[in-house]
Amino acid sequence: MDRFSWSNGLLEIDETLVVQQRGVRLYDGDDKVKMELGVALLSTHRLIWRDIKNHVRSEQLCTIKQSHAKIVIHLHPSSPSKEPGPFQNSKYSYIKLSFKEHGQIEFYRRLTEEMTQKRWETTPCFFPPSMQGRKTRAVGIVGIERKIEEKRKETDKNISEAFEDLSKLMVKAKEMVELSRSIATKIKDKQGDITEDETIRFKSYLLSMGIANPVTRETHGSGTRYHMQLAKQLGDMLQAPLEERGGMMALTEVYCLVNRARGMELLSPEDLLNACKMLESMRLPLRLRVFDSGVMVVQLQSHSEEEMIASALDNVLEKGSLTAEEFAKLLGLSVLLSKERLLLAEKVGHLCRDDSVEGLRFYPNRF
Amino acid sequence: MHRRGVGAGAIAKKKLAEAKYKERGTVLAEDQIVQMSKQLETFKSNLEEFASKHKQEIRKDPQFRVQFQEMCATIGVDPLASGKGFWSEMLGVGDFYYELGVQIIEVCLALKHRNGGLITLDELHQRVLKGRGKYVQDVSQDDLVRAIKKLKVMGNGFGMIPVGGSYLVQSVPAELNMDHTVVLQLAEKKGYVTVSEIRDGLKWEKERACHVLDHLLKEGLAWLDSQATGEAHYWLPALFSELTSRDVTPEEANQMTP
Repeated sequence: MDRFSWSNGLLEIDETLVVQQRGVRLYDGDDKVKMELGVALLSTHRLIWRDIKNHVRSEQLCTIKQSHAKIVIHLHPSSPSKEPGPFQNSKYSYIKLSFKEHGQIEFYRRLTEEMTQKRWETTPCFFPPSMQGRKTRAVGIVGIERKIEEKRKETDKNISEAFEDLSKLMVKAKEMVELSRSIATKIKDKQGDITEDETIRFKSYLLSMGIANPVTRETHGSGTRYHMQLAKQLGDMLQAPLEERGGMMALTEVYCLVNRARGMELLSPEDLLNACKMLESMRLPLRLRVFDSGVMVVQLQSHSEEEMIASALDNVLEKGSLTAEEFAKLLGLSVLLSKERLLLAEKVGHLCRDDSVEGLRFYPNRF
Repeated sequence: MHRRGVGAGAIAKKKLAEAKYKERGTVLAEDQIVQMSKQLETFKSNLEEFASKHKQEIRKDPQFRVQFQEMCATIGVDPLASGKGFWSEMLGVGDFYYELGVQIIEVCLALKHRNGGLITLDELHQRVLKGRGKYVQDVSQDDLVRAIKKLKVMGNGFGMIPVGGSYLVQSVPAELNMDHTVVLQLAEKKGYVTVSEIRDGLKWEKERACHVLDHLLKEGLAWLDSQATGEAHYWLPALFSELTSRDVTPEEANQMTP
């Protein structure tokens, strides 16, 4: 670790950033270095490590080897004219980078690439003597305390500034809320001549601001064009998953599936609900269904009710009796949904229940 | 442009209506909608400016988020209503809470086989934090509560029961009325409750106590320990502390039952 020197972390002319990875811990040989997880940056000339407080160390490249989420880097002995760094001497001539948040494969690949290309030899860079970072590298406990205090003051300042700005913003938002209420009242009292087009526009304004929609839900429900688009997307996206899961998925399952797939610009639960409400009216092959218990599911149109009930009855007949858990295991469904199916079959009179402390069990109805 | 009404007659009628409105000092709704559209544009750019300066604050500081949410609630705005809302798009509040929602659902689902769908807010908080990894944004219990409130609309029985100074989070549509809640609160201290404790503590008859306990058993929220010294103990896995519980996967659980 004594090969590292302080640097300001800025790249020189002719030096380019190759790859960076956060969540990297440094090891001096086999010893853990008393530094937190930071960001490792690989440039064409150097390996730079930056911790979360922005101190930077850098090192010239030499040989490397990979092992188990750690990259071991063997270093040449340091030149006598090396600038000061965090470690004066070390008994090891290799360091390790431990990748706590993965990224080691890519990093290793780029590292080996750079090693073969050896760009630092073809376009030599001059590295200015280390500047100690933007803040003075304070030493000792006093320095640490001072830094903490500075940071706290800065955070405080930021927060109070943020609050001020936020309050001003909220005043304007409030004006819009009042305006929208006035409009909504007028629409309800049917004053003036509002076209459907304008109503739709108004609804989308409410959606943008997050104002609850007080207008009646006749036209397109509380949905907007956005929700209609969403409904179409859902229609495409959910076909395959629904087939796999026997034609039915709980709304919370759909929420997780869709949002995990999106990664960004996630849907709110209300967005999902409003989109699903429009599925039927848009004649898409899915529909939203609410059971008596309040559970909401998305269901494939093609999976008819009778089929489900008949299959439930068949399964129960075969096994003599079934609980929701057993049924779930049999079909590969979630317990919640298999319970709903059994309840449905019971509702039409095909099954009857045995409700005891041991659980709810369903039998074919012989009455 | 839409055609609201054509012909001289319509124009005249409209002029009359406008005049009447001006007389009474009220503004036409259509004009207001136009006005709102303009104000919206201005607001949007103000919000953009705010976001460029303070977006990080919201993401990093749970306290700030609380303040932000409360201010929104005061003026009647729900920043989490839609992912398409300005707040969500520009400040990124939406993604933060919606993703949290996904994580909450996953944790609850993973533990349902053990606690029947009831979990303390503390345990939920711990597990969500563990799942998120160390360098993602800090999540407070207030954040969880707000995310759960949003999850409610999806009808899977998400709810919060006040118990012992904090909350139990329910994630299944089991019906829990006041009686059940009160028994849960009673059980909170030790993690279990007995019929006598209910009779002494709540002054109920035996039947009422048994009825409530049976329901909790049926819903998988309580476990019966008939081998306890004295009378039977009804344990609530949701209330188990770290010390007395060991994580078991659903497969293991199935193998264990005789």
